[in-house]
Amino acid sequence: MLQLKDIRWSTETGESILNGVDLTVPDGKLTVITGPNGGGKTSLAKVIAGLYKPEGGQIIADGKDITDWSITERSRHGLAYAFQQPVRFKGLTVRDLLSISAGKELTSAEVCHLLATVGLCGRDYIDREADASLSGGESKRIEIATVLARKDAKILVFDEPEAGIDLWSFTSLIEAFENIKKDSDRSLLIISHQERIMNIADYIAVVAEGKVSKMGTREEIFPSLMDKTAATRCSLRTNEGGAL
Amino acid sequence: MNSITEQLLSVVSDWDGSYKGAYNIREDGGCAGRQSSENIKIEPKSDNPGIVIKISSKAQNETVYIPACVTKAGVNDLVYNDFIVEDGADVIIVAGCGVHSEGEEEARHNGIHRFFIGKNAKVLYKEKHIGTGNGKGAKRIDPVTDVEMDENSYMEMDTVQIGGVTSTSRLTTAKLGKDAKLVIRERLMTEGDEKAKSDFKVDMNGDGSSVDLVSRSVARGNSYQEFISTINGNCRCTGHSECDAILSENGRVNAVPGLFAGNIDASLIHEAAIGKIAGEQITKLCTLGLTEEEAERKIIDGFLK
Repeated sequence: MLQLKDIRWSTETGESILNGVDLTVPDGKLTVITGPNGGGKTSLAKVIAGLYKPEGGQIIADGKDITDWSITERSRHGLAYAFQQPVRFKGLTVRDLLSISAGKELTSAEVCHLLATVGLCGRDYIDREADASLSGGESKRIEIATVLARKDAKILVFDEPEAGIDLWSFTSLIEAFENIKKDSDRSLLIISHQERIMNIADYIAVVAEGKVSKMGTREEIFPSLMDKTAATRCSLRTNEGGAL
Repeated sequence: MNSITEQLLSVVSDWDGSYKGAYNIREDGGCAGRQSSENIKIEPKSDNPGIVIKISSKAQNETVYIPACVTKAGVNDLVYNDFIVEDGADVIIVAGCGVHSEGEEEARHNGIHRFFIGKNAKVLYKEKHIGTGNGKGAKRIDPVTDVEMDENSYMEMDTVQIGGVTSTSRLTTAKLGKDAKLVIRERLMTEGDEKAKSDFKVDMNGDGSSVDLVSRSVARGNSYQEFISTINGNCRCTGHSECDAILSENGRVNAVPGLFAGNIDASLIHEAAIGKIAGEQITKLCTLGLTEEEAERKIIDGFLK
């Protein structure tokens, strides 16, 4: 279980981004964080992973206060994090990266299986460098696979896994999330705007203006989000001068 | 041969107590072992120190080992080796070099290799360099490689400097005939006060010829590297050179790429990138459980792999 208590974080220029986030991510459940752009979702994910150091508050992972822990310590404690913008490596192959992630030298079959989960044909990628020769979508899927490779991880955080992913690969990704949920007691935290991901969520938290503005079960939150989306669409069309 | 040579050979040229097929082992300026095979004949030169390696057309996927070792301070070894590769031959040449010194004086190996590659021949040239020992004297390796490639021949040069070489100056020139293809992969690591200079000059003279030159290096400590490449496209040809260098601590790199297109159908590209390891790369590997030091090592090992 992951608990965030009154998390606060500002940029170097003093702009306040997270203004006291309280959130609990239960074991064996999928929690989606959604909300408007610029509301602090990615910053929150980076604070959880240790990339940003919070100015205040507490992060508790599986009963341990990890607030002051390094990125490495958090990872070794079982926290896995998929970046929104994948990092490229000249010289490290896809196999290297996934093996580092798994903490052991993966066989070709294991690498292929992981890549298939994110909709990539292993043979075409296994020995390719994870560098700029890969497209944005390919890199993104490999980034997600680095987290799926972490069999030891108890808390999995994905930042907008849908970005840059085609419809067909997205379907297998949804299946992967559902399987994780079904087969283990790992906690899944996904930052997403995607309806299909929210559809499989157990809980949804809306983060806006650096705070959790709404939190509840999917059944409680999802319908109101859809109403809001529809209302926004109508309002935009009215403002554009179109008759409804 | 002495035990230091054996140790160096195991690192630079796949030595496991013996070689299969043709070989010539050079130790401190002398011959420590030589063997020809049916298709690869090795003979001493009459005009200069060194050997002539004649590879017949019948050699197909055969390997010849031509390592050289300097095992003590005060040795300045200069050798001239000629490789004559007949039309249609297919050969792997393993030519590593190790320099070991425990003394105050300089230890140096300077190998001048000439390659004459016949029509349709295929050569894979593997070269590893290493310096070992605690001597204060400089450990130098200064190879000169001249390549002449005939029609539709192929050569791949895979060169690695593992470390410990105080100073190296590598000069490579190549002349490519019609449809000849040259691939060069250089990997270089310098540390401490080491210096390394790589200078490539490739002339593409035959229509359809191509060169693909990629140099990757890591400069650590106070080391200094210089990369010079001159690719001359004198005909319908394609040329690509790439220089990537990672800087660490006070490492310095000077890259001087040069392209000359002397024909309207010459297509030439150069890419260069020099800089420290990107912080986000370290961060990503830390999120996978590595420490910063482990992450840096992984990135460098992968880069030079």
